[in-house]
This record gives sequence, C-alpha cells and structure tokens, in this order.
Amino acid sequence: MLPSLAKKQTSQFDTRRRASKVVAYFGLKPPPYQLDALEPHMSKKTVELHWGGHHRGYLENLNKALAKDDVLYSYTMDELINVTYNRGNPLPAFNNAAQVWNHDFFWESMQPGGGGIPELGLLDQIEKDFGSFTNFREKFVEAALTSFSSGWVWLVLKREEKHLAIVKTSNAFTPLVWDDIPIINLDVWEHAYYLDYKNERAKYVNTFMDHLVSWNTAMGRMARAEAFVNLGEPNIPVA
Amino acid sequence: MALRSLFSRTSLAGLSAASRTSSCLDSKALGLAGLAQSRGLKTASLPDLPYDYGALEPAISGDIMQLHHKKHHQTYVTNYNKALEQLHEATLKGDVGTVVKLQSAIKFNGGGHVNHSIFWKNLAPVREGGGEPPHGSLGWAIDTHFGSVEALIQKMNAEGAALQGSGWVWLGLDKETKKLVVDTTANQDPLVTKGATLIPLLGIDVWEHAYYLQYKNVRPDYLKNIWKVMNWKYAGEIYQQECP
Repeated sequence: MLPSLAKKQTSQFDTRRRASKVVAYFGLKPPPYQLDALEPHMSKKTVELHWGGHHRGYLENLNKALAKDDVLYSYTMDELINVTYNRGNPLPAFNNAAQVWNHDFFWESMQPGGGGIPELGLLDQIEKDFGSFTNFREKFVEAALTSFSSGWVWLVLKREEKHLAIVKTSNAFTPLVWDDIPIINLDVWEHAYYLDYKNERAKYVNTFMDHLVSWNTAMGRMARAEAFVNLGEPNIPVA
Repeated sequence: MALRSLFSRTSLAGLSAASRTSSCLDSKALGLAGLAQSRGLKTASLPDLPYDYGALEPAISGDIMQLHHKKHHQTYVTNYNKALEQLHEATLKGDVGTVVKLQSAIKFNGGGHVNHSIFWKNLAPVREGGGEPPHGSLGWAIDTHFGSVEALIQKMNAEGAALQGSGWVWLGLDKETKKLVVDTTANQDPLVTKGATLIPLLGIDVWEHAYYLQYKNVRPDYLKNIWKVMNWKYAGEIYQQECP
C-alpha cells in the first residue's frame, strides 16, 4: 500500500479523537418495583445501597473487565457465566458476572406483598419433592442459617434428577454452572440484611419467606423450566 | 472465670433491653458449657474486651464493637461448644459419619473464636497506643521485608479490599523461615490453614459485619481507618517471642 494513501485513509476515517471512551456491555436492570416498595420488610436504605452500591459495583467492574478483553465481551450473560466459570477454575470476571446475574434474579424473586405459598404446578412439585410446603420452608430456612460463608440459597429444578432441590452456594457461585434451573434465590451475604436486621439472620430469612418471596415469579420460572425438563405426565383425574 | 467473661465492660448508657436478653442467652450457654466442663471437655468462653465498646471511635463505632463482640463472637463460642459436645458424643460412640460431618461446624465456629480472640487484642484505643507504628525488631523486620510500614499497610489493604466474600487479611510470621508474610484466609479459616508454621501477628476482619453499619459497602475506607487503632505493641510482643 502506498504510504501517502494509507495516511489519507486513516485521517479521513479516524474518529478516535472524537469518540468517547465509554463502553458499556451490560446495563444495570432496576428491580421490578420502587426502591421503597419492600418496606418495612426490606428498607429503602438497604435496597438503595444493595442495588445502587453493590449490584451497580459488580456491573461496573464487569464492564471494565470486558472492555479490556477481546473475547469475553461477545457473550450473552448466561454464556459469560459459564465461560468464565471455566469448569471450576474461575476467571477473574466470573465473580462480577455471576453476582450481576444473581442480583438480577434476586430482585425478581421478591415482590411487595410477597410471601405465602405457591399454587398449581409449583406447589404440586414442592409437595412431591419435599413432602409438604411446611417441610420445604423449614429446609430452606435451615439452609440459609447454616451457611458458613457469604453466599446464596436457591430452590432449583435439577435437570438430570428431574426434581426440585435446595442448594447453598458460596460467594458468587450459581447453580447455572451445574446446568440446574433456578426457581428462587435468597442473598445471605451480610450486606443483604445487616442494616435492617443486624446479626439476626433468622429474622431476615423468615421475613423473606413470609413477606417478600414472589411465588408468582417462581411459578412463571417453573412453567418455563418444564419446557426443558420432562417431569412426566401430569396427574389428571379420571372422571 | 467463665461467668465473669460473659458480662463484659461497656461504656454505652446502661444495659439496654437487647443486651439483657443476650445475657439470658449467655447463661444458657454457660449452663451447657458447665455441663460439658464437668465431663472434662474444655469448652470455649467469650473473652473480655480489653477496652470499652466505644473506645475505638471514630475508627470503629461502638455499635459495631458491641454487636461484633456480644453477638457474633458469642455465637461462634456457643456454636463451637455445641459442636464440641456433639463431637465428643460421636467420638465415644464411634460414629465416624457424624464425626466427619461436624468438621465444618468446628472449623467455622472454632476458627471464628480463634480469629476474633486475636482481633480484639490487635486493636487498642488511641490513648493506649493504638495506631502507634511498630518499634524495635518488628519495625526493623517490616522495613526489611516490605520497605516501610506504609508499604505493608498498602499491601494489606489491597489484599483485604480484593478479597471476595468474607474472610480475613493477616500479617503473619513464618516461625521456620522467620519471614513476615501477608496472606488472606476465607470465611473463618485461621491463618494456620494457610501454612502450619504461620503465626498471626495482626489480623483484619473483612466480613461485612465488621464494618457495614459504619462504612456501608466502602470496605477500603474501613481498611484505611482501622490502622488508627492498630495495636502494634501486641504484634511486636508476639514477634519478639518467636524471634528473640
């Protein structure tokens, strides 16, 4: 290529000096309700700090990491989590990616006026896999109170075993990496409840079960999960 | 004795209702511990704080100190004693399955007790020397290994801020090589889990409960300020014991 021609081309199309340096690969999704909608069970202060501080922090760190990486930036969030999990040897971006996903899932797992018990197919499946809803609730609360690190508690639909299970993960880990389908999750990192409940995690977890958990969302997720996991024939009563 | 240690000195106005209920729980814990002790099992007990809850202000608030000591540390002690009881029974019965199952509870709660007992001694009010830089052989060793105390502090703060989740950042001494090390441990793992010859000189709790009420999610600010109440004298004493 003639040097003069090359120089002309770059100066004509060189917008580098004018273009901004900001790149954003993922956006911060707000919770599907106002930040004070979960009062008095989860204060506005907590939601503002948890979403606006922690969740936003993970997202910004993720975007910063992706801006420097020539390969990772092209994945969708789900793919990114699996790729950065790197089969058990997580890459540095894993923490941020997984925490963004976990928190998105968490806000959607709650709703104002939540709590109570699920209905229809999800309730049937819970009763089938745990005996009764009361037993499931007990086991879920127990799992939340016996975690020995920061982390999450999940209700998942196990793909291979074809039943629901309660799973504890530590720090940023998510059952997505084991290819299970999450139905609800609960953040048991201390930052999720410390301002409202101090060290009384039991109160927080019980409040979550009684007033916050969104079984509506869970039922929707379960219905979608059944498109991927064959749970057998439904029990249709014969007249 | 165990009784005295459950009623630690506090400067906060009176004993609030909350702390009164906690003393009731403490007496239950004492009952359990007493039972175990009568069988020859040496149970853990909550050590006294060598200063008032509000004495480390403004670096660490009195609220945090009270919760951290009276609730969190006490819970580790109580649950360790419970797990120890269960372990004792399972060992006597030869129930290997239960013995193995209890390991994580013992490591977590026992580790929490060990780590926090060191932590309270690592801190001191300013008027008792908190924040005063190290002198003597420890100061000299820090300059040799890290260049300066500032460099060491920067290194520990960087590692503490980068720690994902919950854990501790330590200044330790390898008693074999006599070298100073900076290391982190996850959750409540004591420093010795990172190396059998490591002795903790200073530890900083970076669990969120250690700073959240005051510093919210800005862990780096907590790490910057805690050095103002760091008890280098204690670290120096431990160091001199190992490297006379």
